[in-house]
Amino acid sequence: MSMDRWLVLGGGLALIGLIVWLFWLKRSTGSRASEAVSGYQEAMILVKGGYTPDTIIVRAGRPVRLNFRREETASCSDKVIFADFGKSAHLPTGTIVPVELLPKETGVYEFACPMGMFRGRLVVE
Amino acid sequence: MHNKNRVVSGTNGSDTVMRVKAPPGAARLHRMELKLDGLSCPSCSRKVEEAIRKLAGVVAAHVNPASKTAQVDYDPRHVEVGAIIREIRQTGFGVGSATTRISIRNLHCASCVTRIELALQMTPGVVAARASTLTNTVEVDYLPEQTSFDKLRNAIESVGYRVEVPPVVDEGVADPAEAAQQAEYRLLMRKFWLAATISIPVIALSYPDLVPGLSDWMPMGSTTRRLVWAVLGIVSLPVLVWSGSQFFIGLWDGLRHRSANMHTLIAIGITAAYLYSLVAVGFPGLFPRPELAEVFWDVTTVVVALVVLGLALEIKAKGRTSEAIKKLIGLQAKMARVLRDGREIELPVEEVVVGDVLVVKPGDKIAVDGEVIEGASAVDESMITGESMPIEKHPGDEVIGATLNKTGSFRFRATKVGKDTALASIIRMVRDAQGSKAPIQRVVDTVSGYFVPAVMILAILAFVAWYLLGPEPRLVYATIVLVTTLIIACPCALGLATPTSLTVGIGKGAEHGILIRSGDALQSAEKLDAVILDKTGTITRGEPELTDVVATDFIESDVLRLAASLERGSEHPLGEAIVKGAEARALSLSEASGFSAIAGHGVRGEVDGRTILLGNAKLMRDRDIVIESLSTTWEQMAADGKTPMFVAVDGMLAGLVAVADRVKEDSESAVAALEALGIEVVMLTGDNERTARAIARQVGIERVLAEVLPDDKAHEVQKLQLEGKTVGMVGDGINDAPALAQADVGFAIGTGTDVAIEASDVTLIKGSLVGVVTAIEISRATMRNVRQNLVGAFGYNVAGIPIAMGVLYPFIGLLLSPLIAAAAMAFSSVTVVSNANRLRYFTPGRSAE
Repeated sequence: MSMDRWLVLGGGLALIGLIVWLFWLKRSTGSRASEAVSGYQEAMILVKGGYTPDTIIVRAGRPVRLNFRREETASCSDKVIFADFGKSAHLPTGTIVPVELLPKETGVYEFACPMGMFRGRLVVE
Repeated sequence: MHNKNRVVSGTNGSDTVMRVKAPPGAARLHRMELKLDGLSCPSCSRKVEEAIRKLAGVVAAHVNPASKTAQVDYDPRHVEVGAIIREIRQTGFGVGSATTRISIRNLHCASCVTRIELALQMTPGVVAARASTLTNTVEVDYLPEQTSFDKLRNAIESVGYRVEVPPVVDEGVADPAEAAQQAEYRLLMRKFWLAATISIPVIALSYPDLVPGLSDWMPMGSTTRRLVWAVLGIVSLPVLVWSGSQFFIGLWDGLRHRSANMHTLIAIGITAAYLYSLVAVGFPGLFPRPELAEVFWDVTTVVVALVVLGLALEIKAKGRTSEAIKKLIGLQAKMARVLRDGREIELPVEEVVVGDVLVVKPGDKIAVDGEVIEGASAVDESMITGESMPIEKHPGDEVIGATLNKTGSFRFRATKVGKDTALASIIRMVRDAQGSKAPIQRVVDTVSGYFVPAVMILAILAFVAWYLLGPEPRLVYATIVLVTTLIIACPCALGLATPTSLTVGIGKGAEHGILIRSGDALQSAEKLDAVILDKTGTITRGEPELTDVVATDFIESDVLRLAASLERGSEHPLGEAIVKGAEARALSLSEASGFSAIAGHGVRGEVDGRTILLGNAKLMRDRDIVIESLSTTWEQMAADGKTPMFVAVDGMLAGLVAVADRVKEDSESAVAALEALGIEVVMLTGDNERTARAIARQVGIERVLAEVLPDDKAHEVQKLQLEGKTVGMVGDGINDAPALAQADVGFAIGTGTDVAIEASDVTLIKGSLVGVVTAIEISRATMRNVRQNLVGAFGYNVAGIPIAMGVLYPFIGLLLSPLIAAAAMAFSSVTVVSNANRLRYFTPGRSAE
């Protein structure tokens, strides 16, 4: 096999490795929701090209309030869905929309926009 | 008040009205009455009473569980209304307060906020007030019984602020998202036109050998050709940078969040094509045969043009999926004619407060929910309930906001305003449901999490394979395959498949007066094998009516007149039915005297100097009244599910009056339609077997569960589920709440403005069983549509990606052009959305009325 072929093969495999690592293996540690005086565990989430932060860590059994602020107009992100909680919220651009949940059991709960382009996780400990 | 125990026990109305003795020094005390929500058990009322009494400043508190009210005597100097209400809420009950939003003209500073809030909080009846300088509004929670809009306005104006008219539009009803969508559409179309315009010369000049004459002017390998191609590269750049900007923004945002989507794929695809062309033009020497260094500028521009057009069309089509909700929002009345200080004034509907009296003239839209207090008319409620016939309204009847008054004029008192109205609740429920997910979507979610990275990996594999093993020119083929694979993959079609159909299906339900709570409910309703129908109020009207009058030697109307006179003033449903029946026949009733109830048997009394007995056979026999002449008729009526009662006058049998809870007109056809859908229909009732069977016969139900205690209804549902069936339960949502919750799908038959029935998965606004049939049909149609979409979207990707990778090339020499891939990709999502839009033409078929 000629040199260029080896290069293409090596480069291709390296790229595949990078994709696997970038999208599937690397996990953000997530940010912990702060406990407010009201008794809610609160976190602010920016909706712009994704959810920032996209992993929120909360404690089980206490109410959670996630304040979404959308700063873009892409069609998918106008809604956020918490399928496991049966909740959804409309996110008009530029307004803060609180979503309140009560996670009773520990586990990882995903939230996403209706087409699944943006994804986030609620880690309940 | 007559207190009766009857032959057939009806409702058990326990009245425990308490009278509060005015405490000493009452002049300084305030008394208020609060409406309590969620108060269902007698012990709860004690809990609430104790909680309020504990507060300093509260002198007395009495809770009436029957009327669900709390009467509180308190000293306003020591305790605030808000504190009392907070205390009640902490015991777990709601207080019937309403919220209104008032715009204020000169609200600028932070200190204004406190002044306005304080002024409002000092106003009797205000629970809480929140002012905001951001929106220049104040939101007031108030007790409708205690205050009025004028009082709130006075309070605000007393501290120097002006109430602005018209106030803000309620955000729950307006739709700012639509404007954003329109702007997005126009921007995408502009991007498309730029890309399309540039694409035409780019295509022509990229393939000069295909255009007659051009190949002579710029032959292969000539400097002219290279120069022209270099110019094309510059011309294509704006398409890449501006028309395709959203792909790069999406790529970048996605990378930062370690997620990938359709934008990622397109961005990589068009970049690869552009870079390749750049190298081909700039450094042809890198290619084994420089004259073969071709350009793919056309791929860049055409892919951008097609995909952007696809996105724009998708926005348009998606806009149509939410047509139903837009229609609902458009129903909202803008202005209301309100009676204030004895004058009729036109007000924006947001300013109407609970307790206002509204004037409605022929042709008017009814502004808010309320109760008719004067006048009569026919009202078209089709937009809310789906019921096409206008409904007669008389004093005491409920009217629903956004419905249309037809013929007469009337006045009504507002009972629900703003976000509490039936329409606002419907809009909220439909929106929530449209945003929810069907279980089927979870599969898609799992797949789509891996989809885009997987496509990128496949594209790289294809590139490497073609480079290593493919025919010459290998680099050209490998690049085409890479770009085509990236572009043909369409994660969007997958993502759109379920939500769009759900949006249309749930919206369609709302148009027919059927509120489907969630995607879950919609998916479960499709699979129902059995539907349990509660008898009273579901199959039947729930109100007994006079059905028969039979006389022996008397005149029929006399028998009825005497029986009705005896029952006048009765609060027993059977008695009321007899009185109503007599009134309907325009009989003039007399006064009864010496009335007494004979527990378990009937009633006696004197009317026009004659002794009247009304009751069962035992009552008659005990008094030696011969009833044999009518006993067969009695038996027959009882077998038909009626409640017949003997009437005796002065010790002689005079006749029979029969009362029955009549079957709703369309119950029979609904049962037949359910059976036609292959669903087993079961009737459930607390009534005796005989009455139950009679009703079941009338509507064509074979399986009857009679004499079921209210607490056992849920158990019966469970028993049917244990037979392996998916069970739907239809009931009124109040008495049947546990059974509705137990069922796989709980259908609540609603009446009037109370649409938000908690225990139900589906609420039928129009109190007809036909709604159950329509709901099941909608669910079947929607789920069928979802499956078509999913099969289409999965099939498209499963077939398209390998073809794009070139697996067919070794066999039949087929290799896709990136241009075709772009067209396929752009129109696959449009196809999915258009298919979902077909659901808009759904009409209830078998339940044809």
